[in-house]
Amino acid sequence: MVLLKQGHLIDPQVNLDGIFDIAIVGEKIAKVAPHIETDDAVFATGAAGGSAGATSATAASADEGFSDVEVIDCGGKLIFPGLVDMHVHFREPGFEYKEDIETGSRAAAHGGYTDVATMPNTDPVTDTGSGIKFQIDRAQEVGLVNVRPIGALTHNEEGEALAEIGDMTLVGAAGFSDDGHGVQSSGMMRTCMEYVSQFDRPVIAHCEDESLSGKGVINEGRASTRLGMFGWPALAEELEVWRDIELCRITGCPLHIAHISTKRSLELVKAAKADGLPVTCEVTPQHLFLNEEDITHTYNTNLKINPPLRTLNDMTALLEGVKDGSIDAIVSDHAPHAEHEKDCEFEIAYFGTIGLETTLPLVMNNLVGEGLIDYNRLVELLAVNPRKILRLEPVSLSEGSAASLTIVDEKKEVDVVPGYFQSKSKNSAFLGQKLTGAATDVFVDGKQTLKESVVVG
Amino acid sequence: MLSVKNLIDTTSLTADDITQILDLGRTFAEVNNRDVKKVPALRGRTIVNLFLEPSTRTRSSFELAEKRLSADALNMGGSTSSVVKGESLADTIQTISAMNVDMFICRAQFAGTPELITQNTDAKVINAGDGKHQHPTQAMLDLFTIREHFGHLDGLKVAIVGDLLHSRVCGSLAAALKTMGAEVVFVGPPTFQVIDPAYYGVEQTANLDEVIEECDVVYMLRVQLERMGGAAIPSRREYNRLYGLDETRLKRMKENSIVCHPGPMNRGMEIMPEVADSAKARILDQVNAGVATRMAAMYLLLGGESDGLA
Repeated sequence: MVLLKQGHLIDPQVNLDGIFDIAIVGEKIAKVAPHIETDDAVFATGAAGGSAGATSATAASADEGFSDVEVIDCGGKLIFPGLVDMHVHFREPGFEYKEDIETGSRAAAHGGYTDVATMPNTDPVTDTGSGIKFQIDRAQEVGLVNVRPIGALTHNEEGEALAEIGDMTLVGAAGFSDDGHGVQSSGMMRTCMEYVSQFDRPVIAHCEDESLSGKGVINEGRASTRLGMFGWPALAEELEVWRDIELCRITGCPLHIAHISTKRSLELVKAAKADGLPVTCEVTPQHLFLNEEDITHTYNTNLKINPPLRTLNDMTALLEGVKDGSIDAIVSDHAPHAEHEKDCEFEIAYFGTIGLETTLPLVMNNLVGEGLIDYNRLVELLAVNPRKILRLEPVSLSEGSAASLTIVDEKKEVDVVPGYFQSKSKNSAFLGQKLTGAATDVFVDGKQTLKESVVVG
Repeated sequence: MLSVKNLIDTTSLTADDITQILDLGRTFAEVNNRDVKKVPALRGRTIVNLFLEPSTRTRSSFELAEKRLSADALNMGGSTSSVVKGESLADTIQTISAMNVDMFICRAQFAGTPELITQNTDAKVINAGDGKHQHPTQAMLDLFTIREHFGHLDGLKVAIVGDLLHSRVCGSLAAALKTMGAEVVFVGPPTFQVIDPAYYGVEQTANLDEVIEECDVVYMLRVQLERMGGAAIPSRREYNRLYGLDETRLKRMKENSIVCHPGPMNRGMEIMPEVADSAKARILDQVNAGVATRMAAMYLLLGGESDGLA
């Protein structure tokens, strides 16, 4: 049993924005009130093993409170519903040298998350119910974060035959995606979306027409000319965004656009929303806070990501989308790679940056700190909307909800250096930055997974 | 002294840097015309020729330049390189650097490799061509050749014609010419055009015949025949008809104008044999200038002053 004292609770779902105490009993929030003491009756049920009728246990020690209530002073801290990163790569099975479910879970807890959605481009590809179940079970053994696996849309992510989507749904897949590359055939994508439409799960679209992106490693335009490398044009994304929105229109399948990177893509999503289509989208911190000009003559391979960093104009439009609500979620697209896969020439380096441990600090520092959004909007982007999109049980700061929450210190300083990371890989696009604002404590279903910035266990 | 420590990218060179290289190149060109073509300028210095993709012309030119400066050269690359055995480039560079070498000359398949080398060694680095990015010593020998003919570079109009998109020669040459006050126009089929010519501050057109009469220099790029598979152009025949430099086009050029080509030429495609061997052609002069300007670049980077030599 835990009593969180005097934290500043932020939860737009229940209109909370003020100082309260939270009582956690078992896996649930038992009470939220301006002041709760350790002798509060809610702890009696917990002390008696959760039996509803055991009120006689109050006799134990009414004066001093229940002795097994851990009191945590949250004065000066913020408390959010547990954060969800709906786009990460944990690399297990198959690429455990980059990351595994244990190290990925540690990174998630360290970054302030209670839930993550893992992409299926593992080896073997997570395209069966047993693959989904493996990840969920392994994450439960580790016990640091709820893993919500995303299943592959097509067998082996080859874009040719449907994966066992129903089987995966039954064992807990939270959505479906061939993340890493788009489904190239429009006919196959239509089949996928028609099939998924029966399960109330989103299709998460990595939009990339590979006949246009080709060998591209950097945004086509000034950057590709300046650095002399093949360009990955904005159009390669925008064409598939448009196509998949139109497929959403005829299939009714919920569509979530992954890692949106261009102004025009966002305009297409806005128009789809205005038409009332079930279309949502996400953006990464790298596309919000970096652009192609950040890739200099040093060819920093940690800035090689897919889709590539775009123009300042695109970046500005995405920031506006975060402000005005047209972007639904901020995700890390946490993509760990080993040192030898990044310490090489830009053109042959792997795509991706890690991000689980920098996303919240970046959002706090660059969005809230700069006054672009408030904390209510932060909670929507990082907790409320991802749960909605993935059809997860809502989590709120209210009685009866799962006790999954993130405690944040606005003044906590984060020095983004390799030693900061719990992730097995250190390939961060934000190395060298100094940020202010980070999670210090995390509870997942009543269990503390991060304590004073240290991962528990 | 040059304003740069390494020669990676012509966009970072000042007009003074380029002038120093060209002026000293002239001194070394005189050395190259002697019976005894050797000076002790870099005696005792060790230079590594790290050629990570095949090259005959550029490599020979650098090797001769090193010999004529009395430097000791170590040749690596191709099948002798441990890079192809799976060792990372960083490891290779650190290993060679541990043997106290003074300079790397690097030719690479990928953009940015020479810069990556600078991050792993204290030795000086000259980019001998990196992917589709830059080929600065080619630009220096081209400018040398053009300046020898006209006596100056400012105010000249230079057309760079051909496969601009995949060319490392194009980027380094255009930037260097602009720095020296020349006007540049890119000419090529839209499928071969530079994505952002404004980066170099140059105009771009698909019509060679529209600009050929105004140019002092027509610089023909080699068409990479291996790129034909990507269907960027339909055939050799059509390319030759639209963009090939033949006698008809040669006759329309200005009286005192010249034709350049970095080689190797596809005779009959981008350039007809009668043009390549014409009085306007400066193609062998370019090759000749390569040794002298590379000697100059190596000498200046290794701390030499351009006075009192030879």
